[in-house]
Amino acid sequence: MRFKRSRRGVEAKIEAVEAAVLAQCAAELLELLGSGEEASGDPLEALVGLPPGDVTAPDDPALARLFPAAYPDDDAAATEFRRYTESDLRAGKRSAAFEAVATLTPLLEAGGKLVLDRDQAEAWLSWLNDIRLVLGTRLDVTEDTDVEDVAPDDPRRDVFEVYGWLGWLQESLLSCLDPRSLT
Amino acid sequence: MTAPAQLDQPITDDDVTPDRPWLTIVWNDPVNLMSYVTFVLMELFGYPREKAHKLMLDVHEKGRAVVSNGTREQMENDVARLHARGLWATVQQD
Repeated sequence: MRFKRSRRGVEAKIEAVEAAVLAQCAAELLELLGSGEEASGDPLEALVGLPPGDVTAPDDPALARLFPAAYPDDDAAATEFRRYTESDLRAGKRSAAFEAVATLTPLLEAGGKLVLDRDQAEAWLSWLNDIRLVLGTRLDVTEDTDVEDVAPDDPRRDVFEVYGWLGWLQESLLSCLDPRSLT
Repeated sequence: MTAPAQLDQPITDDDVTPDRPWLTIVWNDPVNLMSYVTFVLMELFGYPREKAHKLMLDVHEKGRAVVSNGTREQMENDVARLHARGLWATVQQD
């Protein structure tokens, strides 16, 4: 599977097993992101879409990486920033992962050609990066991590393989996209 | 490179000292592809490839780089857009 430019956007030949792995990754990302919908105690805040009260930093390190503190030395300012931005941020990431599932679903049975228009390609760039951030955090990846150094009998070896492949795939997608043509 | 400055003013809606600009900082992380960071800086800020590449290398080699500066509100908007692309970005006053 390798992305190449097409008239409408990008496309890639994809095997059923590749579609299944990617769809599983997207589903895990969606599960981790959650709906973010909590009952608001304040009808006015609910009306304008603001979450109730304080929005604290996520405990899960992978979620914390997807939703970083904007003010690392100022908890009050970081919380206020989260309050105004986090639900949109979550919605954007969920929407990209849903786009991945939608474009992969017809290919789960027998594989085929994944065809993405520009908007879909941007969603793919986004969700591929997000799932790599999640897996990289879970695997404690560092600058020096090399999948070849992971022992074949290490239980994390398969996840490392997927992580490495997703990076390769993202690189392949990037090579087809022009940053000046996206919004 | 120094650690982010401690803010000692109370948080208000207005810039306390407008002559000191606010900065958007991007921090190094071991996951984001170098090509992706360059791509995002070009896409979001309209920087030419050379400038985006230089900033990416600063992030990679020095651990962080200032990618934009302006009012606090503008910087918060930039940080939100960078978070949407998965870059590790923070706001601070110069």
